[in-house]
Formats: sequence, C-alpha cells, structure tokens
Amino acid sequence: MKKKFYKILLNFIFLIILTNQAVSETIKPGPQSYEEIQSALIFAKPGDIIDLDEGIFYFEDGLSLNVDDVTIQGKGMNKTILSFKNQKSGAEGLMITSNKVVLKDFAIEDTIGDAIVVKGAEGISFIRIRTEWTNGPKETNGAYGLYPVQSKDVLIKECIAIGASDAGIYVGQSERIKVLDSIAKFNVAGIEIENSYYAEVIGNHAEHNTGGILVFDLPDLPQQGGHSVLIAKNKVINNDTKNFAPEGNIVGKTPNGTGIMIMANENIEVRDNDIRNNATAGILIVSYQEETEDKNYNPIPNKIYIHNNFLSNNGYDVDKKRAGPISDVIPGKAPEIIWDGVTPIIEWFGLTSSDRIVLGKNFSEEGEADFVNLNLMTKYLLPRFHKIDKNNQNYFGSIQSLKSVNFSEGIN
Amino acid sequence: MIKVFNFLFLLISIFAAISLNASPKKLLSDYNFFENIEKQIPKENTIPYHIASPLFSDYTYKFRFISMPDGKLAQYNHDKVFNFPIGTKIIKTFAYPIDDRDLSRGFQFLETRLLIKNASGWFPLSYIWNENQNDAELKYIGKTINAKWIDKNGIEQSNRYRVPNINQCGSCHNLNKVIMPIGPKGRNFDITFFYPHGEVNQIDYWKEKKKLENIPANRKNPTAVWDDVSETIGNRARAYLDINCAHCHREGGSAGNSGFYLSLEETNNTNLGFMKKPVAAGRGSGGLKYVIKPGKSEESILLYRMASTDPGVMMPELSRNMKHKEAIPLIREWIDSIN
Repeated sequence: MKKKFYKILLNFIFLIILTNQAVSETIKPGPQSYEEIQSALIFAKPGDIIDLDEGIFYFEDGLSLNVDDVTIQGKGMNKTILSFKNQKSGAEGLMITSNKVVLKDFAIEDTIGDAIVVKGAEGISFIRIRTEWTNGPKETNGAYGLYPVQSKDVLIKECIAIGASDAGIYVGQSERIKVLDSIAKFNVAGIEIENSYYAEVIGNHAEHNTGGILVFDLPDLPQQGGHSVLIAKNKVINNDTKNFAPEGNIVGKTPNGTGIMIMANENIEVRDNDIRNNATAGILIVSYQEETEDKNYNPIPNKIYIHNNFLSNNGYDVDKKRAGPISDVIPGKAPEIIWDGVTPIIEWFGLTSSDRIVLGKNFSEEGEADFVNLNLMTKYLLPRFHKIDKNNQNYFGSIQSLKSVNFSEGIN
Repeated sequence: MIKVFNFLFLLISIFAAISLNASPKKLLSDYNFFENIEKQIPKENTIPYHIASPLFSDYTYKFRFISMPDGKLAQYNHDKVFNFPIGTKIIKTFAYPIDDRDLSRGFQFLETRLLIKNASGWFPLSYIWNENQNDAELKYIGKTINAKWIDKNGIEQSNRYRVPNINQCGSCHNLNKVIMPIGPKGRNFDITFFYPHGEVNQIDYWKEKKKLENIPANRKNPTAVWDDVSETIGNRARAYLDINCAHCHREGGSAGNSGFYLSLEETNNTNLGFMKKPVAAGRGSGGLKYVIKPGKSEESILLYRMASTDPGVMMPELSRNMKHKEAIPLIREWIDSIN
C-alpha cells in the first residue's frame, strides 16, 4: 500500500518535471500560426527553443517576447519567412524585451514599421536572420531591420538586412556589440552604430546603400558620448542608392554614396576595409553641425584612427545637396578620405591640441590613398584665410589598437 | 525516520510550489467582484473610481474598480501611484455603448483587465467577454474584436479593437522593467465621483472607508481634466499628454530611449520635445524636423503622429486604432500657443 503511494507520488513528480522541461514543438504556417507563435512566446520558459517550420507565415499583428533565455529558430533565412505584408496593428514585427534571447535562421519581411526591435536586453543574438522590405528601397518602408537599443552584449552574425528606410542593421544606445559577417543592401544606412560603447563591426558587406557603415553620436538622448568602435575588414562598395529616408530623420543627411561615415564619437578605429566606388566619399569624418542645447554633448570627433584601408574611386560625384561643404571647396573628384576639420575653438586658436584624426598608411591603386582636411573652422571664422589641407603627412601617426570586445560571462 | 521526514518535506514543498504558482482564475466571475456582473454593479468592497483625465482607447467606455483586502490601507502619494497592499486588484472593463446617445440601451463589453498585486509585485491579466455578455474568460494572447456602435452624433462606427496580449500590457505598464499601475495617483484621483449614495470626493471617500492613509492635510491641486474648458489650454494639454503618453515617454519607460518625456513633472524643454529632432522615428517623422516646433503645430511630429492611424506612424502604438478627434485640436492649440 505504502509502496503504491510512493509510486504514484514519483509519477506525479516526474510529470511535474516533464511538464517543466524545455518544449520543442515545430510551429507550421497556417491560419492559427499567429496564435500558436504568440502563445509559445508568452508561455515559453527560460531554456526553451521555439521551432518554426519552413514556409511563409502571414501575420496581421506584431509578435512579442518577454521571457529570458529563449531561442526562436527557423529552418533558414530563405525557408522560414514571417511576412507582415498584411500587418494591421503593432509598430514592429517582433519586439523583444527580455535577456539572453537567440534568434536564428528565419526572415522577417515587409513590416509596417521596424522589423525586429530589442529593448533593454542584456544579451541578444541574431544569427542568420534576414530582414527585408521586398519592394526595394522606398520611403514607406520601415525604419530599421535589426534594431537592438539600450541593450548590452549584442551579437549580430551572418545576417542580411535589405531595404530599411533608415538603417538595415542599427545598434543604438548599447554596449558591447559585435556585428560580424553580415550583409546590408539597399538601405539608407547599411550598418549604423549610434550612441554606443565598445563595438566591433568586422567582415561585413555593405553595398548599394546610401551610406555603407555609419558611426554616429547624437545629442538629447539618455546615452551619448559614443566611443570605442572598431570597423575592420568590411567590404564597403558601390553604395549608390539615393537617400530615401523620410525627411526630418538625421540619417536623411547621409550624402548619396558614402562609404564609412563617422559623426562625433571618440576612439574609433577604421582598418583593413575595402572601400570602393562610393560617389561622395570613401571615409567621411564630420562633426555634428545642427543646433543643440545639450550641454553634455560633444559634437566633435576625437581620436579617429584610420589605417591600412584600401580605397578606390570614391568621391567621384559629391552629393552637392548633403555634402555642400565638400563640393564647395573641392571641384571635381574629392579625396578618398575627408575630414571636416572642425575642432573646439580653443584648439583652433592653438591653445590646446588633440589627435583628432590619426592616419596610418591607407592604400589606393596609385599607391597611397589621398586625404583632405576641409578646415571648416577657418572657413567659418576667417573665410579669407581659408585653405584646405591635403598633406596627409600632417596627420600621420598611430594609436594603440582597440581591445577586442568581450561579452559578459554566460552570454552567447 | 529520515525517509518520513524527506517525504513530508517533499509534500510540503510541492504544496508550497502549487500555492505560490496559484494560477489566475479562469473566469472573471470567479473573483466575486460584482453584485451584478452584466451591469458592472460592484459588491460593497469593490470600489468604483474614475480618474481626472483618462487614457483614450478608441472611444471605449471604461468601468474602473479597486478591490483591496479587508483592513488593509493604501498609502497616498500625489505624484506617484499609491502604494497598495498585497492582494489589491485593479479592475477595468472596456465597453462600447450600443448607442452613445442613449446609454440606457446598454453596452457591449469587450474585455476586463486586471492588475493584481502579489508578494512579488503586480501582474496583468485580461478577460475577454463571451457572446452572451454574462462573463469573461482569461486570455493571455489577446484577441481582435470587430465592434460596432452608434456614436454621439447617431453615426454608426466600427473598430478593429485589439485586446492586448500579456506582453503588450507590460509595454505600457512598466517602469524600469517592473510592472506598475498608471492611473491611481493622488493627482489623478482627487476628484468627485458619483457613488450610488451621492457625489463625494474620491480621496475623502477612501479616507472615510479606511482604505487610504498618509493623506496630507492640504492636498495639491489635481491634474486638469483634459476637456474641461474652464482650465487653461496648457494645463489641459499637459494633462492629456501625461496620461496618454508618459507611461512610455518617461525615463525608464518603454520609450525611454527617445529622450522625449511627457510626464507632468517634466520641465526640460528639449525633453518635452521643443525643437528636438527625431532620432529613430523613421517615417513617423512625416517629413517634419521637430517633435514640437513651438508655435507651429503643423510642423510638429507630435501632432502628425497623434492624427495618424497608420500603425507604422501613429502614437500611441498600442490601444489606439482610431483618431481622438476631440483631443487633436487641443494639442494643436497648445503647440500654437507656445512661444
């Protein structure tokens, strides 16, 4: 009698353990798939894997996940497609607000707003994810493809982002970031790191965007003072899509045909990149020139170290509307690397100094890649004495390379 | 002996685990909040209330109640949500009138949302009303309800009403990732309510019923009622933006990353959006350069997004599918009046 009771109790315990185990049931496309996926996302337990089958899932409403340590995986970025073509509610396709989530092997298409938003996560991985607006670059496309913001330990690996009306891959106000081996095409900004600390953008391919890779720092935001970003071994070529960002957005100021653009920020290293055929500039380093009342904001870039890049045929047709300060002073083809030359005023007077731009060797077909300091400070303050400076020897030097980014323990 | 002890321990822990995980009730009626659930008439210990300026939710009517454990009191706070005792349940039923010109024709109940406070904090639930309109059933993943009603002008209206899923509840109801109520603050609560026995100030009523303590002798003025024309445009507009936007647009809220904050406490003009440039608005900017351009409502993104019903543009993102026609002129007038 006693034994039997024990047996029942044991069975009961096993049942509890079983029902608490990670579940792994593959969800298939169909009329119930929205409810099935959203339920799976709500009832998921840490450690769960949510499997999505091959096929096209059509959704009218946005999806959201708020459980830590969940993996959502499909059968491949061209096989498992979450289409939001018919979206009627929700400002994005998928919203994630929990930690240590892994997204793998699926695509999100044609969302009405952003494709995947991740807010305030400690640990988020995008692996072989595709986000795309399938009708090509259009002002009515959503702003961002992959959009982690205010997050830490962000991994974006082997992803593809196409057609975003702001940035295909956008990491904002975040910390410890790796964007690796991904492809960004036909976006306004291919890859953008904004107001962020400790990022590596390595081995990516940015082509046919308005701007290939942008590192921006903007005022009036909770996290600013972007720094420590490495841009290395990327292919940044043929960025020739006309800027189609809705007006008013800061990215709308990106000149047509920009390779790599750095606005404000500190300790940025740009090395070993292949940068070709970008009409306005290969590498463009600028200050933030809009008005702001933000006293904590530093609009001027500092310690931007550019070395061992290959640049060719950039600056052959400068965007006069968005890069007027370049075309105003440089008739014809612009140099491969361009700095606006804006410094704090006391530095301009020579009372202080800083290594704003440091150049190592950068190469071109003809040998060394050319450079220009537009000296805009002198142009604004003493226009009669204004001269551009094309002597790159004046900026030659080296800075210690950035340390590699390490994620927190237990992440990825 | 040890075996018996182990066994007992196991039994106790299983019991404890089950009771801690006590699942929420399946039906709204299981909570016994109502004397008459179909008419939303509460029992004596379920107190109905109203707030000065409510959130706009596609012209739904809302029936609000709070149920607190007997003998327990909440602590008053003018600018923050009252500190409620564990076991408190905040109840809100959303409904469309059959005919907004004649409310005696009754309502179509859509959902009843609960916020329940237990030892680990608040958690949200939504109960969706059945066809017979005599009870509502718990649903975690939300639902679309195609609703129809006759509006105040006698025109038939329809709406694709979205019951939020549980994650979406958290989107508005979180402050630094902790779920919180939004409305029950002193400043929203210090108004009169038409109780069955007569008209009484809510704070006075709660005090008398021994439901609220730490009430200061001299209370600050309550928030303006957004459509009370005896108030200034500025007070009405800020009250409206506070309750409709600031749950996300504040530091630590879901839109904290925007740096655009609309709570009543906010005094920094840039944080309030004056001459602030959009950062991640995408086509939500509508081609405009500033969140609020003082004196120029037609050049202000805030008004553009308020007047839109495109899910990729409109604000708020959740709980709205229709334009709030009466509030748009108020915000327009306010922006135009700023120097």
